[in-house]
Amino acid sequence: MRLALFLTGLVLPGLFLPGLCWAMEAPPGASSCSGCHTGASGAGMVSITGRDSSELTATMEAFRSGARPATLMNRLVRGFDPDEVKAIAAWLAVQK
Amino acid sequence: MSVVTRRATLGALAMPFVARAAHAATGRVVVIGGGFGGASVARALHAGAPSLQVTLVEAQSTYIACPFSNHVIAGLRPIEAQIFDLSGVGRAGVTVVQAMATGVDPVAKTVSLQGRPTLSYDRLVLSPGVDLNDAALPGYSEAAAQIMPHAWKAGAQTLLLRAQLEAMPDGGVVVMSAPANPYRCPPGPYERASLIAHYLKTRKPRSKLILLDAKDAFSKQKLFQQAWAALYPGLLEWVSLSDGGKVTSVDPANMTLTTDFNVQKADVANVIPPQRAGAIAALAGVADRSGWCPVDPITFASKLQPDIHVIGDAAIAGAMPKSAFAANAQAKVCAAAIIRALDGATPGEPRLLNTCYSLVAPGYGISVAGVYRPVAGVLTDIDGAGGSSPLDAPPDMRAAEAGYGEAWFRAITAEAFG
Ligand SMILES: Cc1cc2nc3c(=O)[nH]c(=O)nc-3n(C[C@H](O)[C@H](O)[C@H](O)COP(=O)(O)OP(=O)(O)OC[C@H]3O[C@@H](n4cnc5c(N)ncnc54)[C@H](O)[C@@H]3O)c2cc1C
Repeated sequence: MRLALFLTGLVLPGLFLPGLCWAMEAPPGASSCSGCHTGASGAGMVSITGRDSSELTATMEAFRSGARPATLMNRLVRGFDPDEVKAIAAWLAVQK
Repeated sequence: MSVVTRRATLGALAMPFVARAAHAATGRVVVIGGGFGGASVARALHAGAPSLQVTLVEAQSTYIACPFSNHVIAGLRPIEAQIFDLSGVGRAGVTVVQAMATGVDPVAKTVSLQGRPTLSYDRLVLSPGVDLNDAALPGYSEAAAQIMPHAWKAGAQTLLLRAQLEAMPDGGVVVMSAPANPYRCPPGPYERASLIAHYLKTRKPRSKLILLDAKDAFSKQKLFQQAWAALYPGLLEWVSLSDGGKVTSVDPANMTLTTDFNVQKADVANVIPPQRAGAIAALAGVADRSGWCPVDPITFASKLQPDIHVIGDAAIAGAMPKSAFAANAQAKVCAAAIIRALDGATPGEPRLLNTCYSLVAPGYGISVAGVYRPVAGVLTDIDGAGGSSPLDAPPDMRAAEAGYGEAWFRAITAEAFG
């Protein structure tokens, strides 16, 4: 974050930096999500980018606990601990 | 001041980000194979570092997707729904070259193409999919596949198998043979058996389907067998390895398949032969004796040629299955690792997902999922995560998973092909 601000201050071409960040900063596991959640899928496989990150985290934790019924997300969320889920949600929140 | 000069000036300040940027700006990455893995990695490379020169080499003018091609065989879907091309990948900023790659020189870092100038690369990514290893099944060949189709590469073969089923009289015997591991799409033969059984049950109910298998266990086995017992009793017979299911040779002239114990006559024969990485992998020196490509699980760099990365079906990816979902997930991890490496940085430990939906009948879907991380150099299942749909799920969950399967296909093809 601090680096990004610093570089923006130096008037780095705007187009260039976000792309680089996108690839660099994806936390482990996050880039797999778009194998289903592209926004092109429909039928309940919702788009998950650009959403509030705490809402996303809460949804994923509800899948883990079973509070929210799921067919498959309950099986996937168990591959991540709560901090890892938070990191993924924070990254997804700033993706388009 | 031009963009390049500005970057160079900042690079001189030795800021890590900027140093990377300047480096990435000069990188040339060539990708061979424009299927699920190759199209996805080309797009992810360009999206992650627009300054890279990304060239995608694909031999075919159109791509015919295998996922959902079993539905086409069973008459549940038109082949048109399977056809994609790379124009969207081109519009996204990738240079698309339609040509067959005929050789790779890992020392000179060049790729030779049929009828096109040679390409130079800093990094090469191979996602050539599978080749059928006909030599491993006596009697099978390209000519034999015109009589006993494999339909394991979608297209004319898919339509041939469908036409044979349509022409078969009621009361006929369909014989399928499934190979030993590893092969493309572990649940694929069983989804196909289910949907052919559905076709027979609804159209030719006096017919029979025999599935000869070179294995004793398979993906989503309990779920498939539960569905078969409920939906296709007496119609679909699975013969395991222990029960003599391994096909050791085929005879297309007599329409027979020979196993250790038996010679099985077929009216329609669907032979899924053993497979290996697409031929270009061996030509590039990245395939080992198994016919598949050992890779580093963090970067997907070949263990035999470090500047060449291998993803998708061709790679030995530990516990990850050879699926379109896996090829796409690996593509994104590989792209991020290549960008990092070209920037002189070390990629962190990735985690990868897989999800595979299978349809056992219209409105009846099941799935298997996995979460993987490198452990001691091998992509390994994370304990407690992933697994199959529950055995005791109610019909509305099966219906939901059938719908999710279709949604997944729309998503993955949109992400790969645009
Ligand atoms: C019946 C069936 C059902 C399936 N169902 C599913 C499913 O439901 N879900 C799922 O996730 N997966 C499924 N799969 C698996 C999926 O199709 C593959 O795992 C996926 O296609 C692998 O992607 P890839 O990029 O490795 O190879 P491919 O998609 O095969 O792409 C390889 C490309 O490389 C090109 N190529 C090869 N060599 C060269 C060369 N020398 N020069 C130029 N081009 C070259 C080929 O023309 C091809 O277009 C199924 C497969 C089958 C057979």
